[in-house]
Amino acid sequence: MNCIIIDDEKLARVIIKTLCKEIGSLNILEEFSNAMEAIKYLNENKVDLIFLDIHMPNFNGLDLIRSLKNPPKIILITSDPKFAIEAFEYDFIIDYLLKPLELPRFKKAIEKAKTKELKSALKTTKAKLDTNDIDNDFYINIDRRLIKIDLPSIYLIEAKGDYIKIKTENKDYVVHSTLKKIEDKLPDSLFLKIHRSFIINIKKIIDIEDNSVLIQKDVIPVSRSKRPELMKRLDLL
Amino acid sequence: MQKPNLEYIDRLSRGDKSIKAELIEVIKTEFPKEKKEYYESLEKKEFKKIEENVHTLKHKISILGLEKSYEIANQFEHNLREHSLDKKEDFDKILIAISDYIETI
Repeated sequence: MNCIIIDDEKLARVIIKTLCKEIGSLNILEEFSNAMEAIKYLNENKVDLIFLDIHMPNFNGLDLIRSLKNPPKIILITSDPKFAIEAFEYDFIIDYLLKPLELPRFKKAIEKAKTKELKSALKTTKAKLDTNDIDNDFYINIDRRLIKIDLPSIYLIEAKGDYIKIKTENKDYVVHSTLKKIEDKLPDSLFLKIHRSFIINIKKIIDIEDNSVLIQKDVIPVSRSKRPELMKRLDLL
Repeated sequence: MQKPNLEYIDRLSRGDKSIKAELIEVIKTEFPKEKKEYYESLEKKEFKKIEENVHTLKHKISILGLEKSYEIANQFEHNLREHSLDKKEDFDKILIAISDYIETI
C-alpha cells in the first residue's frame, strides 16, 4: 500500500516510518509537516493510505479530511481521544490510534486497512463482472422485430453485401448491417475478424488447417495478415 | 517525580541501534525548539499557542515514559483552554527534568 504521513512533529513521523518498516508491506511515498502541502500532493498523486495527525496548528487533520474530494483510507493518529466520535462519521477512516504508538495496535490498524482494500477490490471486480453480464447479449432488428441474441452462442458472422449473416448454435439471422458495425459491439475476448468477410467466435473453433478454420460445420478462410493474431489468441500447448 | 527513560524507544527500535540513535537524535533536536516556542508563547500570553505547544510537548513526555507527568500536561492543556495557567509550575518542572535527561543520552 502506498502511504503518506502528515504530522507536524518530526518525532511522530519517524516513529510511524519505523513501524511501517517493521510491517514491510507499506510504501511511504512522502511525509508532510503541514496539511496544506499534503493537500497539494494529494491533488496530484494517488495514495492508498494516509497516517494523519489531527492536532496540527492552523489547518488541522479534520480540516484536511473535510477538504478532500476523494479521500483515500485514513488512519488517524493523535493524543486526543475526544476527536474519535467525529472521525468515525467518515467511512474512509479506518482506525484511530493514540500516541505513543505501539507495534501490536499499529499492526491491527494496518490489517483493517488491508481488509478494507480487499473488500473494495472485490466490489470493483464484482461490478466489472456485472457489467460484463449486461454486455453479454445484444438486439438485432429483423422485420421491425427486435431479437435478443446471446453473444457466446454466435459462432460466425459473415458479410454478404449490405447484409451480415449471424450464425448461432440454434439459428441463423440475416441483418441489414456491416461487419464493421457489429465488430465494434463484440467483445475482443471472444471474437476475431479473421478475414475481410468473416468474424468468428474463437471459442468455437474445432480445428485450424493451413489457411482455414473449421468452426461448427463451416470452413472459413483466414487472411494471411490475420493468421498471426489468430495463433496468438489460441491456447497452444 | 518520575525519571525519564528510554523504555519506549528500546521497545520501538527492537535492538536496532541505528533506529534508537535516530529517535534519540530527533528528541534532542526537536525538544529544545518546542520548549523555546512554549516559553515564547507564554511571554506573549497567547493561550491558544501555549496550548498547542503543550500538546506537542506532551508526546515527548509520553515517549520518555513519564506517565504521571503526562497527566499533569493533560490537565495543564485543559486549563489553558480556560485561559488558566494552573499547573504551569508542575509542567515547567517536567520540562526541566527532560532537558536535564536528554543531556545524558
